[in-house]
Formats: sequence, structure tokens, C-alpha cells
Amino acid sequence: MSDATSLIFGRLGWDALPFWSMLDDHSAMSIINGVIATGAAGMVVLGILAAIVLVTWLGKWKYLWSKWLTSPDHKKIGIMFIVIALVMLSRAIIEAVFMRAQQAVGLDGGFLTAEHFGELFTTHGTIMIFFMAMPFLTGIINYVMPLQIGARDLSFPVMNQISLGLTAAGAALTMISLVLAPFSTGGWTGYPPFTELSYNPGAGVDYWLWAVTLSTLSSTLTGINFAVTIFKKRAPGMTLFRMPLFTWTALCTAILMIFGMPPLTVATGLLALDRYLDFHMFTTDLGGNMMNYVNLLWAFGHPEVYILILPPFGIFSEIFATFSGKRIYGYKILVIATMCIAILSFTVWLHHFFTMGQSAHINAAFGIATMLIGIPTGVKVYDWMLTMYRGRIRLSVPMVYAIGFIMLFVLGGMTGIILATPSVDYQVHNSLFLIAHFHNMLIPGLLFGMLSATNFWFPKAFGFRLEERWGYRAAFCWIIGFMLAFFPLYVLGLMGMPRRSVAYFEPQYVPWMITAGIGALVILAALLCLLIQLWVSIRDRHANNVFAGDPWDGRTLEWGISSPPPEYNFPVIPEIYSIDAFMTEKDRGQGWQAPDRYDDIEMPANSAMGVIIGITGLAMAFGLTWYMWWLVIGAGLVTLVAVIARGFGRTTTRTIAACEVQRTHEHWLEQVRLTHPIDRSLEQTTSNHGRPVPPIEGAVQ
Amino acid sequence: MSSGNTRALEGNSRHPGLNLGPAHAQEEDTREEMVFGFWVFMMSDLILFGLLFATYVTMLGGTAGGPGPKELFELKSAFIQTMILLVSSVTFGMASLALKYREDKARLVVWLLVTLALGLAFLFFELKDFHSMFDKGGVPSRSGYLSAFFSLVPLHGLHVTGACIWLVALLGQMAVHGLDAPVKTGILRLAILWHFLDIVWIGIFSLVYLGGLS
Ligand code: HEM
Ligand SMILES: [Cu+2]
Repeated sequence: MSDATSLIFGRLGWDALPFWSMLDDHSAMSIINGVIATGAAGMVVLGILAAIVLVTWLGKWKYLWSKWLTSPDHKKIGIMFIVIALVMLSRAIIEAVFMRAQQAVGLDGGFLTAEHFGELFTTHGTIMIFFMAMPFLTGIINYVMPLQIGARDLSFPVMNQISLGLTAAGAALTMISLVLAPFSTGGWTGYPPFTELSYNPGAGVDYWLWAVTLSTLSSTLTGINFAVTIFKKRAPGMTLFRMPLFTWTALCTAILMIFGMPPLTVATGLLALDRYLDFHMFTTDLGGNMMNYVNLLWAFGHPEVYILILPPFGIFSEIFATFSGKRIYGYKILVIATMCIAILSFTVWLHHFFTMGQSAHINAAFGIATMLIGIPTGVKVYDWMLTMYRGRIRLSVPMVYAIGFIMLFVLGGMTGIILATPSVDYQVHNSLFLIAHFHNMLIPGLLFGMLSATNFWFPKAFGFRLEERWGYRAAFCWIIGFMLAFFPLYVLGLMGMPRRSVAYFEPQYVPWMITAGIGALVILAALLCLLIQLWVSIRDRHANNVFAGDPWDGRTLEWGISSPPPEYNFPVIPEIYSIDAFMTEKDRGQGWQAPDRYDDIEMPANSAMGVIIGITGLAMAFGLTWYMWWLVIGAGLVTLVAVIARGFGRTTTRTIAACEVQRTHEHWLEQVRLTHPIDRSLEQTTSNHGRPVPPIEGAVQ
Repeated sequence: MSSGNTRALEGNSRHPGLNLGPAHAQEEDTREEMVFGFWVFMMSDLILFGLLFATYVTMLGGTAGGPGPKELFELKSAFIQTMILLVSSVTFGMASLALKYREDKARLVVWLLVTLALGLAFLFFELKDFHSMFDKGGVPSRSGYLSAFFSLVPLHGLHVTGACIWLVALLGQMAVHGLDAPVKTGILRLAILWHFLDIVWIGIFSLVYLGGLS
């Protein structure tokens, strides 16, 4: 390559195109892998083109820019986070299906190269954690938490935009890596020395590094934003112990983000220094010590799993209470259990490497600490069961996910206790047993939580219910598909099959592998059902309209406003006297009332900061990956200038006139009055327009 | 209309650092949020430094036959840097007092400029130190120990650089908008960062320099 081109393109060459190696090497294996990689790249390119054409054809660029991309509204930002999560979920599931297909036929070979398989489990894991799970829960908290505490926005709306921009940039980087390959093969954990320059000189590890770094920065900022909001922006009267449980888990998650993300920043930052500036932090020579990386990574990694699971705990708490028509059992105990889990989560990281050389005493201590977490978690499970006990349970779609969760999650917890025993862990660590265990926590726990939250709060966000028939189909496909895909892995793990294996030579594995493959197909069907559900719901949106705002006979504040809510959420900030504030209002016959007077409302003004930082972040990460230094420096300077210029701005808010607030609110109240209240038995019919028969008039309670 | 704060009491004495002129409930609340948010950010940053300190300690033995602290560090220069930073904390304190108790912009600007000069002087001496370390063969690629040193100490330097840029930006804002509320909270938050960096430096001086030379 000439000097001029390498100055511009760094080390990016034609060979980064996914079909390049296929042109030189005509072996069947190379062609199959090349075709798969090219197909994936083609889907990315086509997807982007289709999106551009669609928006242009609809003439919606301006709308997209001013109503979404530059909007500081926590509700819109939340929805955009969830859109990212769903796109990335689809990609990661497709990758999982490819891995399952490979292993189903993987006796003595299969159709994927080891390199390609390595990229698949690395992108699958990285995406599922950083670009599916994190944006999904960030999106849900973003949307719901301010509504639950009676706030009009987060404390730092522009910082919220920046968080979104950074996550979007990281997700975009992993998508770009499909077109300009390769991605890392180092797993989602990226352990050195394998990921050091001397073993892995290509761009793959750098893609991984910067994608993860962008996500980490985003989550740190998000954590600060959520915690400050919950501490400072609660409505008058909402003491900490009157907060809804979901908000409690959001608070604990935010605190975990604040303290749990920095270790990852340090780990990836030091690895980057090793790779770019020839440091020797984790190398095998000159005094490097890779155990430092492992400790740092898991000092993040274990809190991370509780970042992932606490929000679902909160979501299920709301759902069990709502669909059992009861107040949650043991509110205070649940809060305390949440806090215990959050604190204990910092004391157990070593269980991820029992086998890496520390003494038996240390292993024992961490094993016991790990098992201790089972106690608060068990307390929660009993509280949920006692909430259902003697309730009038409605088996709505969120409830199906919730019950699936409670049964499968307990099972996964049991296998966790098994793994927490160091002597057992020596036998099964790094095997498919572990893969089965953590998917058993992440799919029924995190993913079911997110999907049931989506079914639960979707009507709040968009003003119509999600269609239930396809919702049930999706839920059952998820539950059955999960069991088929992952229970065999427990067996395989006990039979000794290591994780991350592209092929194997043991014929006994085959039947289990085929079962798991079928399970993956059922999961694919579940994804399809979700898409159809969305489509059908949008089609029938008028029939399923719930503008009045309370389709489930909800208990917390967010159900007491219109669906979708006005951008300022509450025309007047409510005063809170108890937990389940809205249910209390309804009990007293005080729901849906007009306030004495309306005031002007000051809301944050639109800002392009999120978009700017997202784009410059992506440009810097891309430049660093391919050694295009001009791009790195240029984008860095633009970021600096943008941040400084923002500091000079003074009109950061705009005012909504009291009369407009009044008009909107009175229109909604009028509609509520015209809405026929329905009994809970009609909840899933088209007569549900978002107004329940008040409990006080003898409805189910 | 209450601004959403549970304990929204009247008066401006809730937060000793925040009574920046005539009280205005809503405005005070958002200002308080900004300062509180910055404290939270500092906590996160502190974890960053804490972990780098811990990593540094584990790497002390990793000199791989290369130069160690005794060959590389000069106590005199490190001491000068420490003194400069400590004095800069005092001068920033004077700036904060000028901000809080006097409507005297000139005095404030002078103290801020003195602080800025001290910050730049610190950076100058630090870079000079690194230069002389490099001359003695103390480059990060030489050993794990030196890598750990150069991942910890320059990160502090980078923070100081960032703080200096922020200070200049605030002076610029003051020139354009006068001493308005955003500038005032900006100075408050920068003060937190400045003192924080001072504390981190004391950690570096004791652990890295004094510990290394003892
Ligand atoms: C939707 C169904 C899913 C299927 C069929 C699936 C399948 C797989 C497979 C086959 C592997 C590779 C196992 C091996 O190393 O041999 C894997 C790894 C992994 N999966 Fe999933 N998965 C699914 C969902 C998820 C979810 C929801 C998450 C997280 C939120 C997740 C996170 C991970 C992680 C972190 C790894 C480890 C990657 C690595 O080894 O570095 N997966 N999954
Ligand atoms: Cu763990």
C-alpha cells in the first residue's frame, strides 16, 4: 500500500471485505463461510439503505430529527434505546442459531471455520450483554422510572441523549464490523494474552475494545443520571419507602452502574494501552500480569449480572402485584433484599475463576459469599409467590412470562449454587454446563423481564395494547424454546463438552446437540411471533386504543396519566401519600381529577449534542480500529469544541404555556369520562379502552 | 408549583456551597442537582483511580530487570509538583470565597488565573519529569512496572489538563455572559474536581514517589 493511501485509510484494505478471502481460496469451506459473511454484510447494507429510502419516501427526515433524534424527552430516548436493543437482539439470535446449527452437525467438522465460529460467539455474547441487555433495561428505566416518581424528566436530559448516542455508536461499530471484517475472536470477556497484539494483530480485537468502551461510558453516565434523578426529583411526599419497587431496583442498578462500570473501563483501557502504545500490563513477557485483567474484568462482570437482573426483579414485582390484584407482599423485605443483593454483588467476583490458581481458602470464602446471594434472592421468590397467593390471578401475557421466569429462574439459581462450590466448579468450569447456567439466568431472568415489561408498558407508551394472541404464542415459544435449547447443554457439560468448541469428536453428543438446535429454531419462531405481534397490534391500534391510560387497573403513578403521556408527563406534580399511589387515589375515588390551577411548565429544549457525540464517538472508535489517525484527532477535536460550545449556550429550556397544558389535560379528562369502565374479565378485549371499574365499586380486588 | 423536590423547603441555607445570590427555589433545585451529580461522577472517577492504584501495587515487582523507582524518580521535582498543586488548591479556595462572599468579579478572575498558572506549572514539571525518565530508559514498553506507572500518573495529568481547559472555558463564559448562575455552578463543580485531583495527587506522591524511594 502506498504511503498516501495508508495515511488516509490506515490499515484498512480490500481484504477487509467479507468475500475477499473467498476469491483467493476456493475450498468449499472458504466459500461457505465467505457466502455467510457476505450475506450478513449484505443484510446490514440493505437494512441501512432500506431505512434511508423509507424515511425519504415518507418525507419524515425533519420529523425524525426534531421529534426524535434531538429530543431530550426521556420517553423518546427510552424508546430509541429499546429500538436499538431489538435490532441487536435479532442479530444476536440469528448468530446463536448459526452456532447451534454448526454444533448440531459439528461431529468431526461442521460447516463453519474455527475463526468464523469464534467471531460468532464473541459478537453474540458482546452484543447480547452490551447492546441488547443494557440498552433494553436502560430504555425501560428511562421510560418508566420518571413516570413512577412523578418527575417530568431525568436530572440531566442532555447527558441522557449523550448516553444514547454512545450506545448507538457502539452498536453501529459492531454492525460495521460485519461489512469491514473481522471482529474479535476473543469471546465477550476478551482475555489477554490472547487479545494482545502479539497474538492478535488484526483489527478484530480493536473493534471489540472500542465497542465495549463506548457502551461502558454510556452506562456510567446513565447510572449517574438515574441515581441523581431518583434522589432529587421525586414528587413531594414520595419518600424512599413509598417508591414503587421497580424504581427501587432502578436505583440499585444505577448505583451498581456507577461503581461497577469503572473496572471495565480500566481493564479495556489498559488493554488498549498494551495494544496501541506497547505497554506491558497483561503481556506474557516483561513483567506483565494477565491476572490483573481477569480480576478487573470480573470486578465489573459480577456487578454487571446484577445490573442485568435487578430491573427484571422490579418489573416482575410490579407485574405480580398488578395481575394478582393485590398489593405486593413484603414490600420492605423486597427492598432490603434488593439492597443486600446489590452490596453482595461486589464481593463474589472471584467465582468466575476458581480454577486460576488462588488458594483453596480464598476459593472457599468466595464460594460461600456467592451462595449467600441465594438468600435474598430466595426471599424475593417467596414474596412473589405470596403476592400471588389468594390473589385473583389474571394470566395476561406479562404474567405468563413472569410465571415462566419464576420457575426457570429458580432452576438456574440452583445450578448457580452448584457452580459456586469450588470443587464442583473444577469439574464443570468452562464447559457447556456454565453456558446453560448463565443462559438460564439471562433468558428467563433478563430477557423475559424485558419482554414482559414491553407487553406491560407498551400501551402506556403508544396508546394501544399489544395483541395478545401472538403475545401468548411468543411467550410460549420462548419458554419451550429456551428449555429445548439449554437443558441439553447441562447434560453436555456434565459429559465434558467444553464451551466455545467449533467441533467435537464424541458421537454421544449428537442427539443432545440436535435437540438444542431444534430449541434454537423454536426461539427463532418466538422472535418471529414478536414481530408479528407488533405488526398485528399496529394494524389494530384503533380497536385496542387505551387513551384513558389505565388498561391493567394499575397501581403506580404512571397509570394515572394519559396514554401516551404528554411530554411533560404530569400537568401538575402529584402529591404522594402512600405506596401504590394511583391505586390509593382510585380507592378514594379521587382518580382523574382536574387540579385547581395550572402553571407554565419549563421543559428542556431540543439539542443536537447526543447526535454529535454519537457520530464523533463512532468516528473515533472506527479510526482507532483501523489506524486512521486523522479521523481520531479530527473527531476528538470536534467533540471538545462541541462540549465547550454547549457550555456557552444559555437557552436550554423552553416553556409550555399553562393554557396549553390546561387544554390538553381537560381534553383527556373529557375522554376518560366518555370511556366506559370495564371489569377485569374484559381486559383483553376491544372494550378495554384504559379505564377500569374502580375497585371501590366491587371490581376484583 | 413545587419543583419536585421532596424536601423543598424555602430559604437558601440548605447547601453551604450553593447560596449564590438571591434565592430562587426552582433554580436552586436544579443547581443542587448539578452539583450533586458531579459528586456522584467524582465517586465513579475515584473508583477508576483506586483500581489503578491497586494495579500499580501489584505490578511493583514487574520491573523485568529494567529501571525501578530508585533509578528513575527525583524527590525534589515530585515535591515541587506537590507544593504547586497544594498551593493551587488554596488559590482555588480563595476564588471560591471571592465567588461566595463578594460580588467582586475582578478578584475572582485573578484568583482563577493564578490557579490556572499553577496548574500549567504543575503540568510543565510533570512533563519534564517524564522526559528525564525517558532519558534514563524509563519508557512504558520497558516493563510491566513502568507500564503501570504510566497508566496511573499521566491519567492524573490528563485530568489536570482537562480541568485547565474547563477553567479557560469558564473564563470565556464569564467574559460573554458575566457571572451568571451557570458560570457559578461551573466554578463550583470545577472546584470539586480541582480539590479531588489534589487528593489523588497526594495518593500518588505518597504511594508512588515516597513509597518508591523509601
Ligand atoms: C436467544 C437464545 C440464545 C441462544 C440460542 C444462545 C446461544 C448461545 C450459544 C450457542 C453460545 C456459545 C456457547 C459456547 O461457547 O459454546 C452462546 C454464548 C453466549 N451467550 Fe447466548 N444465546 C441466547 C441468548 C443469549 C442472551 C439473551 C444473552 C445475554 C443477555 C446471551 C449471552 C451470551 C454470552 C455472554 C455468551 C458467551 C460468549 C462467549 O463465549 O464469549 N445469550 N449463546
Ligand atoms: Cu459472578
